Amino acid sequence: MSVQVPHNDAPVRTVGRLESALRAQRAAGRKLLVPYVTGGLGADWVDIVRALAVAGADGIEVGIPFSDPVMDGEVIQAASQRALTQGATPRSVLSGIASAEVDTPIAVMTYYNLIARAGDKRMAAELARSGVAAAILPDLPLEEAGPWCAEADAAGIETVMLAAPTTPDARLARLAERGRGFLYAVGLLGVTGERSQLAESALAIARRCKQVTDLPVLVGVGVSNASQAKAICEVADGVVIGSALVRRILEGAGPDGAGEFIAELRQALDT
Amino acid sequence: MVAAPSPMGAPDASGRFGSFGGRFVPESLVPACMELETAFSEAWADAAFRARLSSLLASYAGRPTPITECPRLSAELGLDIVLKREDLAHTGSHKINNVLGQALLAERMGKRRLIAETGAGQHGVATATAAAYFGMQCAVFMGEVDVERQALNVFRMQLLGATVHPVRSGSRTLKDAVNEALRDWVASVETTHYCIGSVMGPHPYPFLVRELQRVVGDEAREQYRERYEGADPDVVVACVGGGSNAAGTFAGFAETAARLVGVEAAGGSAVGHGVPGIVHGMRSLFLQDEEGQVLEAESISAGLDYPGIGPEHAHLAELGRASYEAVGDAEVLAAFQVLARTEGILPALEPAHALAWVIRAARDKTLAPGTKVLLTMSGRGDKDVAQVKEMLA
Repeated sequence: MSVQVPHNDAPVRTVGRLESALRAQRAAGRKLLVPYVTGGLGADWVDIVRALAVAGADGIEVGIPFSDPVMDGEVIQAASQRALTQGATPRSVLSGIASAEVDTPIAVMTYYNLIARAGDKRMAAELARSGVAAAILPDLPLEEAGPWCAEADAAGIETVMLAAPTTPDARLARLAERGRGFLYAVGLLGVTGERSQLAESALAIARRCKQVTDLPVLVGVGVSNASQAKAICEVADGVVIGSALVRRILEGAGPDGAGEFIAELRQALDT
Repeated sequence: MVAAPSPMGAPDASGRFGSFGGRFVPESLVPACMELETAFSEAWADAAFRARLSSLLASYAGRPTPITECPRLSAELGLDIVLKREDLAHTGSHKINNVLGQALLAERMGKRRLIAETGAGQHGVATATAAAYFGMQCAVFMGEVDVERQALNVFRMQLLGATVHPVRSGSRTLKDAVNEALRDWVASVETTHYCIGSVMGPHPYPFLVRELQRVVGDEAREQYRERYEGADPDVVVACVGGGSNAAGTFAGFAETAARLVGVEAAGGSAVGHGVPGIVHGMRSLFLQDEEGQVLEAESISAGLDYPGIGPEHAHLAELGRASYEAVGDAEVLAAFQVLARTEGILPALEPAHALAWVIRAARDKTLAPGTKVLLTMSGRGDKDVAQVKEMLA
């Protein structure tokens, strides 16, 4: 299902499944929660995806592990390495996603080489065929994103753009314009990982993003627990929770533990 | 009539040499790359900046480095071999040319901390040296495997005031050191300049580093012409990991008739066995599997232990303006010893690769007897003596 809505500059702008779902939840007054899990991590990772959906995730990010994840800190590096050692490939992760059969929209998060190797067109089609709604590619900045975005748009895959604390305001508006699904506000200067304190930059970037776009704005990177998530959602529309969840999975939380953690965050955001 | 463009001109506005290059970095780093691009283009057009760099290269780094004829080696191989002696530059390799330029740029941009990746340790030592000279902070990322096999260079960096971070992820070599340096830079970009050691990474680095290294090729061409009554060498040879000494050397000869040959380690031969990919901020050739996972390079030379190659080399290979050859560890060890015995020069293991190819090409007559060869001796072998001793035992 997709809806055509008018937009400032572009004549028409297709709103995809992830963006529709997030906009609907936001309109209902709910704060958005998008957990991240590394695809192929452990034999039960698809059950973990299902548990996240049941626990109240509004969207689910599934990482396709890459050998050289430069935007990731120690936890997700370790998870990627373990998943690769256990035989994860882009194909195996996509077939896992297809087999999960969850209604919650799924975004894959990966690095551009895995897409470039397969070819933009072929990978966009494979994502669509696997039931994936969106793609997040942290090493594909706006200037290089054209060829991929054209194929993704054509296949109905929403390309989520990332905004950083160092992004100037004028550029922020261009990122928001090109972005689909939601605008991913990187909460701090640094790689993914838990932080004991919420960075001041998280609120600042959320505020700046909200000023330039009506897209849902979700803050990720350095969002580690319920109280931090709640604090950010005073400004942002929602949060992405990655390392805090993946660390629990690496420590053996399993589908139940992962689901409990996300349910706890859900409850904190809803009250 | 419009002259044909130089095969080694500036990249296009997107930072591409042909289809290779570009800027594939996290959004956090995009503004810093743009700032560096502007700073470099202004500085490079600024006579005062150029004069300051030239003066530093002369008074501090010891430029110009000489060219050296090799009568005994030439007689043994039936060739006419001349070395460009980057091993005689301060810190023992060509790396100093690049870091002095980048430290000046960092100063110009108001950044007081330098970070660097290093394989063999030569670039780490050079960056630590420049940081000491300019009174800047310095952190060097080095794979744990390399920390072990290049312990002396680790100690040198520490003496120079740098912090050395052993990298334990992935293959624990140069590729992973680059990853970790990028991760540091994502967090520290507002105060820190990433001093990339080769003609690799996101735009403008491949261009910037080549321009800072072209002094090697420009000097060598003039010195050679002076020595040989205006003639150019038939063949110009340099080793290639990322490819900075080769890019600097080739830049001086791209518009001559000289054949250009880059020599890779057989276990890290990106041109020989790589396919196009996007890693470390650039589109280039990389050793990778059919899914796009980057493979680990394998070489005795920590400096060439890299699964990719600078984008301009990928472009030169595609154009056919340069060719790329690969040599194995055994040939390299033999070349190391031949140069020591015949000319009294201990080469670093990296340029010993270039020599190993020359020796092979002389024997199998790929190079006709009497061929005039210029080889860039990119670094000295002191750092490798302990490792070579072990391997020969």
